[in-house]
Amino acid sequence: MTQRARNWLLIAPAGAWLLVMLVVPLSVVFVFSFGERAPSGGYVPAFTFEQYANLPARFTAFQNTLILAPLGTLMALLIAYPLAYQLAVRTSDKWKTLLLVLVIVPFWTSILIRSYAWIFILGGRGLPALLETVGIEDVRLIYTPFAVLVGIVYGYLPLMVFPIYVSLERLDKRLLEASADLGAHPVTTFFRVTLPMSISGIATGCMLVFILLMGEFLIPALLGGGKVFFVGNALVDLFLQSRNWAYGSAVAMMLIAIMLVTVTLYMRLISKLNVQRDDAPLM
Amino acid sequence: MRLYAFSVYVFLYTPIAIIALFSFSAGRSASQFEGFSVQWYGRALNNPFVMDALGNSLLVAFISATLASVLGTLAAVGLQGIRGPVRAFFDALIYIAVMIPGIVIGIATLIALVTVFDVVNPWLARMWSNESAPPSLSMGMGSLIAAHTMFTLALVVIIVRARLSSLEGALSEASADLYATPFATFRQITLPLIAPAILAGFLLSFTFSFDDFIIAFFVAGSETTLPIYIFSSIRRGITPEVNAIGTMVMVASLVLLIIAQLILRRGDRPRR
Repeated sequence: MTQRARNWLLIAPAGAWLLVMLVVPLSVVFVFSFGERAPSGGYVPAFTFEQYANLPARFTAFQNTLILAPLGTLMALLIAYPLAYQLAVRTSDKWKTLLLVLVIVPFWTSILIRSYAWIFILGGRGLPALLETVGIEDVRLIYTPFAVLVGIVYGYLPLMVFPIYVSLERLDKRLLEASADLGAHPVTTFFRVTLPMSISGIATGCMLVFILLMGEFLIPALLGGGKVFFVGNALVDLFLQSRNWAYGSAVAMMLIAIMLVTVTLYMRLISKLNVQRDDAPLM
Repeated sequence: MRLYAFSVYVFLYTPIAIIALFSFSAGRSASQFEGFSVQWYGRALNNPFVMDALGNSLLVAFISATLASVLGTLAAVGLQGIRGPVRAFFDALIYIAVMIPGIVIGIATLIALVTVFDVVNPWLARMWSNESAPPSLSMGMGSLIAAHTMFTLALVVIIVRARLSSLEGALSEASADLYATPFATFRQITLPLIAPAILAGFLLSFTFSFDDFIIAFFVAGSETTLPIYIFSSIRRGITPEVNAIGTMVMVASLVLLIIAQLILRRGDRPRR
């Protein structure tokens, strides 16, 4: 057997699996998005753009997703960065690993269980009851956009900390000393040295979190209580409740299209930032 | 800064602590602590629905992680020697598998398989001449395993390939120069070197499959996995029993993670 034939044989099973379980189903979604709903639910073959024309009917779901997913990503970044910095730059080697593992451990446990804990905290007997004892009354937290935002930041924070930590850890600490020796203010050092050097970690973290948030269903389902819902919640409704496969497929295609466009634009922006950094004079 | 880091840890662990605390509550209310008791653990462990869901989850996670590790490793090794359009196509598939949201994978698999089954089942029935009921395909454990394997396979390819590309070709070349067959080289040189990556891929796949709610929600048919059971319990109203299940799941994942770390470290040491 030639080496070429052997390599083909090695990738064949995985390739076939991906074709049958990924390419075929996605193609079905694409085809169905031009179809019509059968009277009893399901799908009737057709070629119409009606489903796409109908997309504005689910405008709120797209709007919520497109506001809360980027906002959640940004909040996670703002909370994660100082922590990653503290761990990578200011913590002794002895504690580093342990503290990093402590950040990652929650991510390895079920996001479902971690999210529903917030129903207790934000629900009537949790934080609102606590606020009442200090005189702030009638605060409603659960089933608000705020609750969903807290849930998504909480759920995906570890995923943001890790890549930023890795990029800051790789940063040569002597650069920071050099910058200080040359008389740079710590703030200047941060913005001229540390931040640019960790841009790849920030980019990776934001991309991971953003992609996962765009398809989120569980957190809005648990903490949004039907009032704050994402495209994911609309999809569950369309496929499992109203069984409108054609329209649901169009919504799914739209979601994928939005993700493709934003991720592509984002990657282009990041590579531009990297090019600028390389062009800039060293100090 | 230290205070800040500390408060982030408080943020990360308070919800987990609350679930663990309430799971020991004696009362029926899930949000008020009424004395210490472990009764809910007993109830959860004696609840046939919980145990059934747990069994399904473990079975699906084990089979799909095993399949994904084997197929993913083979593919990662094969891809090393492949260039050109086939390689680009395969890379694109892996990229799509990882980037497409789980919910879209769930609905796509659901409508594709249901459509295929609707075509195949009457056909199967016609071929079945016996008196006994004809076999019919439906959504269930099989479709769930197939869907989880698809996604976790992509994860294994990414992890194992990263390890393979960090290896130096010199060892394999030396082995070939010493007249080892390609298979012997793979078994004696490459496989031991990439074993930690395969194990990491297996564990990641297992955890993903065990924790996955959204794909299973669409693809599992009438079968219940543990996340599906927990989700529907929450919908009916949280009880301390759900908290007890959640606590046990978290402790079990933690133990698994620690064991994995120990194995990975031991596997790494003699070779460095």
